[in-house]
Formats: sequence, structure tokens, C-alpha cells
Amino acid sequence: MSVLLEIKNVYAGYGERTVLEDISLTISEGDFMGVIGPNGGGKTTLLKLILGIVRPTSGTVRYNESLIDRRNIGYLPQVSHVDSAFPLVVKDIVLSGLMMHKKLYGRMDRADKERAQNIIRELGLQGYEKATLSELSGGQVQRVFLGRALAGNPRLLLLDEPDNFVDTSFENEFYLRLRELNKKMAILMASHDVGTVSSYVKSFACVNRKLHYHPSPEITNEQLSAYDCPIQLVTHGRVPHTVLEKHE
Amino acid sequence: MIMESILQYDFVIKGLLGCLFASITAGIAGTYIVSRRLVFLSGGITHASFGGIGIGYYAGFSPVAGAAVFGILSALGIEYLSIKQKLREDSAIGILWALGMATGIIFIFLTPGYTPNLMSFLFGSILTVTTADLISLGLLSVVLIIYFSVFYRTILYISFDENYARTYTSYVNVFKYITTALLALTIVLNIRMAGVVLVLSLLTIPPNIAMLFTRNYASVMRWSVLFGFIGAVTGYGMAWFAGIPAGAAIIFSMVVIWIISRIFTSVIKKINKKYSES
Repeated sequence: MSVLLEIKNVYAGYGERTVLEDISLTISEGDFMGVIGPNGGGKTTLLKLILGIVRPTSGTVRYNESLIDRRNIGYLPQVSHVDSAFPLVVKDIVLSGLMMHKKLYGRMDRADKERAQNIIRELGLQGYEKATLSELSGGQVQRVFLGRALAGNPRLLLLDEPDNFVDTSFENEFYLRLRELNKKMAILMASHDVGTVSSYVKSFACVNRKLHYHPSPEITNEQLSAYDCPIQLVTHGRVPHTVLEKHE
Repeated sequence: MIMESILQYDFVIKGLLGCLFASITAGIAGTYIVSRRLVFLSGGITHASFGGIGIGYYAGFSPVAGAAVFGILSALGIEYLSIKQKLREDSAIGILWALGMATGIIFIFLTPGYTPNLMSFLFGSILTVTTADLISLGLLSVVLIIYFSVFYRTILYISFDENYARTYTSYVNVFKYITTALLALTIVLNIRMAGVVLVLSLLTIPPNIAMLFTRNYASVMRWSVLFGFIGAVTGYGMAWFAGIPAGAAIIFSMVVIWIISRIFTSVIKKINKKYSES
């Protein structure tokens, strides 16, 4: 599989504060990578680095420009801060995923609206085009934001803790949908929940200032502590691969 | 006789134009304020600008110009602090709010002689609106309409989710500053209409009426302008015929429209429910 982007010896942070230290990572077509690590360890910063919102203080982020640039990276941020009573309807939220292909004064044409409509249908949200987020369930809200991330036809999809705001009944369905999407695009997913995620991802990146790449979905507490990645492996009954250990 | 009716005619036209421009500017800016939950910030800007009014009186320049400078600077200052996350935004607004009022009162107190227009700045007076006021409000209406229609999606999406907007544009802060400055200008120029005490409701009531009927941002803006205009003209008429303060009459009629709309929409909802049950 060809390489989509390459991060090399990157340092990055906010002002004086360095969050990521000397990290290197290669993302290729077909990847489905779980990004795990403690809160404040730099998972979100890594995603923002790839998106170009955070710039490296040293080192390089290089896109394989024949395949990808910033405009075909889909992004599902942590959306807990979004106000669900904001007077914006589902269709317009999905359309905002096309803004990277538009000028600041850009208008949405008929093709754009059809594209948004198709995504809404694919995600099972038909009938809710004119609803605001406050009228939707947690799982539906998450699908709306996934729709926004998919609107621009991404080759790489970045998800920031998508399991944070969804109840467990939607979890399985959501991950199965991601597995389906992974046939068409590479996926990088930041997550707390290593246990559940490990049955869907193909590899892990453990981020806690430094980054350790782990090329398989099986990961143990020993490996996590060797990576200096203090997170807890949680027991989930239906997860086949994970080695579960009691956390001290 | 003829002279008198021409004067009255001129008076009516001025009043109607005042209502129109006030409802356009307040409807557009108000929708932005209400949906971004910036009502408290707007209160801060309003009261901070009172400091400018006081200094204007004292130093002998236009109180509206003083208010505009104070309003815009304080709005940009608050936006800057919140972008840099240097200070809790609500505390900053609270301090600015009180500082503006204190400054205004001190300078008005220091100004020798009687200050006849003070009441009109506190409670507004559409009846004494000048041609200069109308021209500036008219220009602001045009600027707001152009700005919001050209950059509609960009402004909308930044105010909905600025973190996401940063993934496709590096101009998020620029747009926030421009919109906030226009917001401050809207507040300051509408102080002439409704006064420092009441201007906030001129901006927040119409969008709240509109949101009873629609949840689509563009429609909320349009309906806000319409409801604002109806409320303003009704209040203006009441003020004229009953001889009561116009600012208060306008706000009062807007609240009445809001109450009627609430009852209307809940009745419609009940009827719909009954209809779908049977």
C-alpha cells in the first residue's frame, strides 16, 4: 500500500508548552490505526498536526501529494463543546464538510446538496435533514458529524474519541461502519477505550509526549507501560483478542 | 398648516426609517448573538460604551462616536482575551460592564451644566433621532447585509464550530474580530433607539420569536428582521399616540409579540398532536 503521509522527528506544542516530542509516524492507504494514550498526552495534537492546524516547531509532516492534501482529510473532532441548540440543521452541518473545497465566499450548488443528501441517506438520517442537533439522539448526532467528515470525499479519516459521546448500544454499529469505510480510506482514531477498539483497528500508536508505533491490534499492559503509555485496559466481554489484566 | 403637516410627515418618515434600520441591524446581529449565546457579552459591550458617552459629553465631542470607540475596543478586547484564553470571559465582561458605567457616570457628573440628552441615551428616543443617526444606521444595515450574504456559510460555520472551521481556513480569528466589531457598532448605534438599558432586548427578543417558528439560521435572520420591524413600528405608534417613551414601548410590544407567538406555536403543536393521534 502506498504511503499517504509521513511525520518525521516532529516537535509540536502550544506556545512554550511542548506536547509532542520527536515523533515519527507513517500512514499508508488501508491503515486503521488506534491512537491511544492518557488525557493531555497529545492525541488531539497529533490529529491537529496532520490537519495542519498545529504546525511543527521542528521536523516535517509530508503529504504524498499525488494521493492526498489537506483538503481530502476528513475530521471528526470531539464535539462535546458544540451547542446542540444552535439554529443549524443537519443538512447544513453535513454541507460544512465541503467548505475545504470552497472559497470563503463560496456557495453550495445543486451537486453539493445532492452529495450531502446522499451521505445523509447512507448514514440512515433521512427525514432529519431539517432537524437541529437538539432533536437527535447521541448516536444520530455522531452520525451527523461523521457525515460532515465524509462530505469532502476523504482519503484519510481522523476521529477524535468518537466513543466519547455515544451510548454503548450504538458503539458496535459505529465501529462496523468504520470497518466498512476503511475499505475506501485510511482511518486514524484517537480513543480511550483500548479494549473495544482493538477488535477493529489494525495497529496502534501510543502517544504520551513520545509516540510508539505498535503494528498489531493485540496489546498488553506490559507493552503499554513499556511505551510509557499509562492507560487502563478495560474488560469487554465480546472482545476476542485483547489480553486483559488488572490495573494496579 | 401645510408647514405643520410636512413636519409631521418628515417626522413619520424618520421614525419609520429608524424602525426599519434598527430591525435590520438588530435582527442580523441579534441572530448571531442569540445563537452563539453572546447575550452577556453584548450586555458588557452596551454598558462599556456608556463610558464613551460620558467622555464624549465631558470633552465636547459626539457621545455616539465616544460610545462607538468604547464599544468596539471593549468587544475586540474581550474577543482577544477569549481567543488567547488569558482570562475567564465572564469575569472580564463583568469588570468591563461596571467600569463602563462608572466611567460614564463620573464624566457626566464632571460635565458642567445640564446634560439634556442623558435620558435619551439611557432609555433611547426614536422620536429625537437625527438624520445623521439614520444615515449611520442605514449604512450599517447595508454593510451587514452584504457581509452576511457574501460570507454567509463561513460566518455561520465558524460560529457553530470554530474548531472544525480551523481545519479549512486560517481566517477564523479575522472573521470573529470583524463580526464582533460589527456587533458592537450595531449595539452602539441602536442605543439611540432603545437606550443603554433596553438595547439588549431589541437584539435578543426578535430572534427568540423567530426561533419559535424556524430553526434554519438564514430564516431566523429574516424572521427576526420582520418581527423586529413589526414590534418597532407598533411601539413607535404607541409612543406617538400615547406620549410614552418610545424605547420602552418598542420593547413592550416585542415582548407581547413573543408571548402571542409562544401561545400560537404551542396551540398549533397541540392541534397537530391531536390530529396525528386520531
